[in-house]
Amino acid sequence: MNLQVAIPIVLYLAIVFYIGYLANRSISKAKASFLSEYFIGNRSMGGFVLAMTLVATYVSASSFIGGPGMAYKVGLGWVLLAMVQVPTAYLTLGFLGKKFAIVARKINAITINDFLRVRYENKAVVVIASVSLLIFFTAAIVAQFIGGARLFEAIGVPYKIGLFIFALTVIFYTAIGGFRAVVLTDAFQGIVMMCGTFALLIGIIKAGGGMEAISANIIAQDPALLTPFGAGGFVTKPFILSFWILVCLGVLGLPHTAVRCIGYKDSRSMHRAIVIGTFVTGFLMLEMHLAGALGRGVLPGIEVVDSVIPTLTIKILPPIFAGIFLAGPMASIMSTVDSQLLLASAAIINDLYVGYINPEAAHDNYRVKRISFIVTALIGVIVFLVALNPPSLIVWINLFAFGGLEAVFFWPIVMGLYWKRATASGALASMIVGVVFFICLSRYSSILHGMHPIVPTFVVTFIVFVMGSYMSAPSVDAVKKVWE
Amino acid sequence: MDINEDPRYKLANKEAFYSLLLTLLYFLWWYGFAYGLGSKPVTSYCFVMGLPSWFFWSCLMGFLVFSFASWAMVGLFFKDIPLDSYEKGSSLEGEGS
Repeated sequence: MNLQVAIPIVLYLAIVFYIGYLANRSISKAKASFLSEYFIGNRSMGGFVLAMTLVATYVSASSFIGGPGMAYKVGLGWVLLAMVQVPTAYLTLGFLGKKFAIVARKINAITINDFLRVRYENKAVVVIASVSLLIFFTAAIVAQFIGGARLFEAIGVPYKIGLFIFALTVIFYTAIGGFRAVVLTDAFQGIVMMCGTFALLIGIIKAGGGMEAISANIIAQDPALLTPFGAGGFVTKPFILSFWILVCLGVLGLPHTAVRCIGYKDSRSMHRAIVIGTFVTGFLMLEMHLAGALGRGVLPGIEVVDSVIPTLTIKILPPIFAGIFLAGPMASIMSTVDSQLLLASAAIINDLYVGYINPEAAHDNYRVKRISFIVTALIGVIVFLVALNPPSLIVWINLFAFGGLEAVFFWPIVMGLYWKRATASGALASMIVGVVFFICLSRYSSILHGMHPIVPTFVVTFIVFVMGSYMSAPSVDAVKKVWE
Repeated sequence: MDINEDPRYKLANKEAFYSLLLTLLYFLWWYGFAYGLGSKPVTSYCFVMGLPSWFFWSCLMGFLVFSFASWAMVGLFFKDIPLDSYEKGSSLEGEGS
């Protein structure tokens, strides 16, 4: 292992540990309810932290490894696809926006499932939401752990040791520091990602002798790489337009991004986060994917998609920058995993245990604190053990995790927030139909001509939601709690 | 349904609408430049700063213009309001009949 590559990564890990420790101290000092402090940080996020945590949570390994690898293979068409995500920050914050923040304060919601419980007054809705969240998140976290360990492999650390270092870091700071540690590390990790991305893009353009020379090189290989349709016409219109639903509009239905919309301090923070978040998302998406696409003109012939970025980094950047850069994707993975880990723990403790099994526990700060530390750490350890030797079932579930979460949560959140006539029957029907329909359709996606299964799923669940709601009596009490 | 709606929701709904509208505008910009300038043979492409013009306008400028637009949207239409719950009964129309 190269020492110069290792130094920035060790430094990065040390800082992340330290932030976790600081957050833990502020938990001990907090006077408010432990649950609210641990799972939503007492709604104290300012604009910069909100923007960074929103982006960092959303940006995962796929934007740093898989996506740029595809851009290398397919060309600028894949960068165009990635740029669909530019509106996510202003769309999520602006659309869920003040309404969600106000409602959450009215009903004292600290998770998405808290909102669903009050809005729909139905045990089945909350249980299905919590269980599907647990299943999809666990699979997603395992997949991200594997990605993290692979990054260590790229700098010469064996898989199992890499996995251990990676898992230990994330589990440690998430378990002891809760939401505050998650968002503060996210902010730091966001900055690391931006520096790393910038370094890589500049490095590639310099190594290729300028943009013009790189473009000429790419044309010589395959002119289609420079078209919006990609090499071999891979990026068809039904395909790319589906991503407007999957990774732009549908992001409203991802619990780990939506929960950020109830955790900020005041409306001014949210306004600032819209501007910063939009810029940071666009910056990361554009530069990362462009780095992949241009890499083709500098260092052709890399076959495996996932090794494009690590290979480019090691071969093109000077070692010390390569270390900084590799800390970037690591940060992107950690910042997604920590939020998912914390929400999985919140689903068990806040949504199921305190929500239904033992409501009294909410007032027993000492007890709930001990349980929360243990449950968060325990989920982390289980995931670590699974990732040591991942069963194919987990890999299979992870394929549906992103779309599956949207199929379950999108309409219940959006309709619950903006449609007074929405009822538990509608929500329940759309959740069940959504996840079943989405998974079944994914198996027969060839009939869709390149369209992603999430698109018909959204249409069907919308219809089911509206029909289910009109066939049941309006929920007057719940609507009063949310709207008055 | 007869309810006294929280007056802040009117503003919240308006802001949600503007956010959707800006998303739609971005879509039109993104689609228009990418397929308007990019749907021809590569040999007849124009290049700006070494990038195909469709890409320069759709992706690079789209990102910069809409970062700026989000700032303008927030500055022009978004209002700073308290998010915490009001004291009930402090206003006259607080409790209905």
